[in-house]
Amino acid sequence: MSPAQSPFELFGIDALLTEEERDIRSAVKTVVDSQIRPHIAQWYESGELPARELAKELGKVGLLGMHLEGYGCAGTSSTAYGIACLELEAGDSGVRSLVSVQGSLAMFAIHHFGSDEQKDAWLPRMATGEAIGCFGLTEPDFGSNPAGMRTRARRDGDDWVLDGTKMWITNGSIADVAVVWANTDEEEGSRGIRGFVVPTSTPGFSAPKITGKMSLRASVTSELVLDGVRLPASAMLPTARGLGGPLSCLTEARFGIIFGALGAARDCLETAISYAGARQVFDRPIAGFQLTQAKLADMSLELGKGMLLALHLGRAKDEGRLQPEQVSLGKLNNVRESIAIARECRTILGANGISGEYPVMRHAANLESVLTYEGTSEVHQLVIGQALTGVSAFRG
Amino acid sequence: MNIVVCVKYVPDAQSDRTFNESDNTTDRVGVDGLLSELDEYAVEEALKLVEAGEGEVTVVTVGPDQAADALKKALQMGADKAVHVKDDAIHGSDAVATSLVLAEAIKKIGSPDLVITGMASTDGTMSVVPAMLAERLGLPQVTFASELSIDGSTVTIRRDGDAASETIVATLPALVSVTDQINEPRFPSFKGIMAAKKKPVEEWALADLGVDASQVGLEAAWSKVESFTKRPPREQGQIVTDDGDGGTKLAEFLYAQKFV
Repeated sequence: MSPAQSPFELFGIDALLTEEERDIRSAVKTVVDSQIRPHIAQWYESGELPARELAKELGKVGLLGMHLEGYGCAGTSSTAYGIACLELEAGDSGVRSLVSVQGSLAMFAIHHFGSDEQKDAWLPRMATGEAIGCFGLTEPDFGSNPAGMRTRARRDGDDWVLDGTKMWITNGSIADVAVVWANTDEEEGSRGIRGFVVPTSTPGFSAPKITGKMSLRASVTSELVLDGVRLPASAMLPTARGLGGPLSCLTEARFGIIFGALGAARDCLETAISYAGARQVFDRPIAGFQLTQAKLADMSLELGKGMLLALHLGRAKDEGRLQPEQVSLGKLNNVRESIAIARECRTILGANGISGEYPVMRHAANLESVLTYEGTSEVHQLVIGQALTGVSAFRG
Repeated sequence: MNIVVCVKYVPDAQSDRTFNESDNTTDRVGVDGLLSELDEYAVEEALKLVEAGEGEVTVVTVGPDQAADALKKALQMGADKAVHVKDDAIHGSDAVATSLVLAEAIKKIGSPDLVITGMASTDGTMSVVPAMLAERLGLPQVTFASELSIDGSTVTIRRDGDAASETIVATLPALVSVTDQINEPRFPSFKGIMAAKKKPVEEWALADLGVDASQVGLEAAWSKVESFTKRPPREQGQIVTDDGDGGTKLAEFLYAQKFV
């Protein structure tokens, strides 16, 4: 018998990474193995994530806002950020979500659109995990079409007063600061959308936790209620006008998901390969059955192709030529293939596949959220469709 | 305070460790290697001391090309600079020769206030190099520290024994070996990983240290491995069928094996 190779070894992925990227990967692996894997099944079962403590551990390594420059951030390449997302999500999509929202949504928004005061006040503390951020764009009735948002910011003297509700907000209930998007001028339509840096201690702000989730159970998901939240003029993000601001943040987060989802898939596939080698059926390991091998081969192929696509897009991003529609290519393909891999791996584990003793069902359930958040697969199909035809099919 | 930490590149205990067939030395090429886990405690303790005051941490290793990985890990954790002593003649050296090379390297680095080592390597596990090194450098040796503090010109350590814990004081400069109880080594941070690339790593050969090749290597070793035998595969355990007397059989087994 020849020695077994992992799917990524088979594809020779290591040769495509720099030494620094391999070192960062190994640093994240160490964190995941020591701080996440031993507890994740229990966090998931109980639906409780010790997010504040975990954020400090992740901050120590430099995972929070890692690809941003200055303010205590590590300033790594985007590809390195993607690789870190992959390793985190091999632990759990919920933990990766915490990092995505903190770094690519909340910190990125302040870093790119904030005033110097806003950056100094929040970014260093967010990089260490001492302060946690969330990002309020989606509303109960406005997901794929954020332009229609109902949250309003009304001018009152120099102040702004915010009213509205945001939904499905990761980190909401534990956040110290919320980047909230609101319409400041209804006549302007979506061009009136502006961002506000809202300390969650501001009167009128509350963030009840959403319970009863069947997916991303090791992640804090909340509603944000803004009831006459009064903010000084300096709370507005000065340079973000219209939907372009929040959408550019989402493109950042989606980029991480292109890699991240593959981490969940890889963990499922490695679990399935190892299980297939140990599980005996009809007096031999199921790894020796042709149907199992066909499944493993096909899944490895999709995983490896997904990684090649992710790295291709990562290099493009580092060279400043990544287009939003290319991010849609990556997110659509890699999440769709990852959830297919997770489900197929479930069949290899048989009944054990549904047990919390193995990570496969947890990853599969998590990926159901990843499939639709940060742009649904359908929206990404429309983005790609528009790029191919020049025709927008977003509105009927 | 300037501190030198001695570190070792060892075969990963998670991999299938073995010896070279040709000369019975440790196989450091065929298996993945890393910074000896026990040395991470020494690096961490040095970093804590320097961070609390001032000075710099220099890590030194004696080993083949791949040993640069151990230095890189220490630099990523936060050490300031590194020295890699490598020379084909060193291959197969015993603890006596290793301590000679380390001592000459430390003299060349300068006069550190403190030399810190791990309590043992995870491959050889002899624990003798710290004592030999202290002797060669003429430094007080305070070994197996589970706690360490510096007060002006003295170092105080706690050594935990089976019967008692000793508090030992030595004047600086001194050599301290630390146990795995002394701290919780940090993970390299991304900033550390990126900064490490720019930190100086000096490479010295025996000639740079004034050590003659005849003093080191397999030929000069006071002891050598004559032969080795791979550990036999584990035998299958005994299966006790429970015919209603399973408890009795289990108790008999435990009694026979002197577990109870």
